[in-house]
Amino acid sequence: MSTETDLLDFARGPALEAALIILVFGMFWRLVGVLVLRRPRDLSEPRVRHAWLGGIRTIFTRMWPRREFRPRILHWEAVSYVFHFSLALVILGLLPHILLIRDITGLSWPGLPTGVITFAAGVALISLLALLAHRATHPVLRQISNFDDYFSWLLVFTPLLTGLMAYYHLGGRYEDLLAVHMLSAELLLAWLPFSKLAHTVLFLFSRGVTGTIYSRRGAQT
Amino acid sequence: MDETILDAFRKNGLSRRAFLKFCAATASLLALPPAAAAAMAEKLATTLRPTVIYLSYQECTGCLESMTRSFSPTIEHLMFNNISLAFNDTLQAAAGEAAEAARKEAMRKAWGKYILIVDGAVPMGAGGAYCVAAGQSAVDDLRHAAQGAAAIIAVGTCAAFGGVPYAAPNPTGAVPVSEVVRDRPIINVSGCPPIPEVMTGVVVYYLSFGMPALDRQGRPLTFYGNTIHDRCYRRPFYDEGRFAHTFDDEGARNGWCLYELGCKGPVTYNACATLKWNQGTSFPIQSGHGCLGCSEPDFWDKGGFYRPLPAATGHWPRGEVLGGAALGGAVVGVGAAALARSRQQAAAAKSAKEVNSPPPKEDSHEH
Repeated sequence: MSTETDLLDFARGPALEAALIILVFGMFWRLVGVLVLRRPRDLSEPRVRHAWLGGIRTIFTRMWPRREFRPRILHWEAVSYVFHFSLALVILGLLPHILLIRDITGLSWPGLPTGVITFAAGVALISLLALLAHRATHPVLRQISNFDDYFSWLLVFTPLLTGLMAYYHLGGRYEDLLAVHMLSAELLLAWLPFSKLAHTVLFLFSRGVTGTIYSRRGAQT
Repeated sequence: MDETILDAFRKNGLSRRAFLKFCAATASLLALPPAAAAAMAEKLATTLRPTVIYLSYQECTGCLESMTRSFSPTIEHLMFNNISLAFNDTLQAAAGEAAEAARKEAMRKAWGKYILIVDGAVPMGAGGAYCVAAGQSAVDDLRHAAQGAAAIIAVGTCAAFGGVPYAAPNPTGAVPVSEVVRDRPIINVSGCPPIPEVMTGVVVYYLSFGMPALDRQGRPLTFYGNTIHDRCYRRPFYDEGRFAHTFDDEGARNGWCLYELGCKGPVTYNACATLKWNQGTSFPIQSGHGCLGCSEPDFWDKGGFYRPLPAATGHWPRGEVLGGAALGGAVVGVGAAALARSRQQAAAAKSAKEVNSPPPKEDSHEH
């Protein structure tokens, strides 16, 4: 018997399983592939004793722009932070998300009131729109943007939007919107390892390796 | 049989005032505007008591048990004043051939006009042999009875969506009424069992106004227009982020939201949270148990009653599968890196060869 809840069942069942498998497979592929890559031997004398400490330091120092760049990019950096914090709040603070994570990993923590989550989701959506407008209008950003950037943006935007729509019952019945929300989030998970969204994991390694190399050569990172 | 519903009221010693009060109470139950009570009274006063045939197939009699507990309108009120219940093999005193003969006679007399109430799923497997009464299979019986029905009311999730008999692996090939009868209007009154007042209310609504507005599952919007979650008195706790984590923790004792314990209220359309049960006394969530989603299709096969709604439904070994995916990804990553290394080495060797080889003689042919 075909019912409208079939889509939700599909989202909660096979689609979720497939998305998680692709996510884990893809992330390990990317991560191991990058870490095992051959690097040219640095024959110069190390300027510091423990260059890796500089790598770890770089992970944090690059979280805020250097003084020289601040007048030009600080406001966009702030918008980007607002987006990332809001998104993290939505993903990690909403109880249904926590229950899903608990179901898969066994990890759990207390949730936040839905009013806080919906506010954060609204902020994340607005900041995402602002960042898209900036990308589309900035002459340099526009030149270096490709399909990956815009498609990744869409895949982050859609679950946020459909999640809010489901909560407020806007544009359809709850179970339909919930199914679309889950499917769009699953598409995001499957796309993540193979796109620029992989920075969610890879940023630690890229900053760390860069910082280690520069520290070894005595450069300020 | 030419007795109107108002006639039946009077015959039973009830005044016109009692009739009007009944209409007002029923209109109120159906959440209709005040003017609808007058319209209902006008219509029922001139409507002949319709013949009702109540057939039971793959069911547990829970729906009928529920219906007999309706408090407004009561089943007795309905039977004595509103309808002429010609056949119900559980309630009637007669049995065997006499009962079957009475049913055939009632159907013949009201052919094309009677209301058919069906309770239970219909087994299609083994040529319908899993449910046979009076020498006739349920599927043949239903097809025949449906031909003479003005409308069909499928009461209970089994009749509406297949219910428990339809649950995997569905050994009898059970199907809902809508898969057997396709050319008659069907009102699905789902629930396991449905709320008594919903069943009787739908009958009275049909008598007064004809077919009600239905949702896409064929259920009357009056009763199935909202989710349990949206009308739940515990909803504020959901919004505040206060949940019961187990059935005996502080949250459970404080009456907080049961979402984490598998409540299916957010995706279940029914009137439990508003009409409640046993004359508005309580409903499952008020008793401390999450909603099972019994008025929704396939509610037995949704991955478990106690699994939270966002949890994955599949019972696959997560550790093994995701560990395998991680291992597979790592192997492919190592392979990709090895390929890249060999290309790097080949490029480096080629570059070194070019550097070490003597430069070509220039213009050796020019003199």
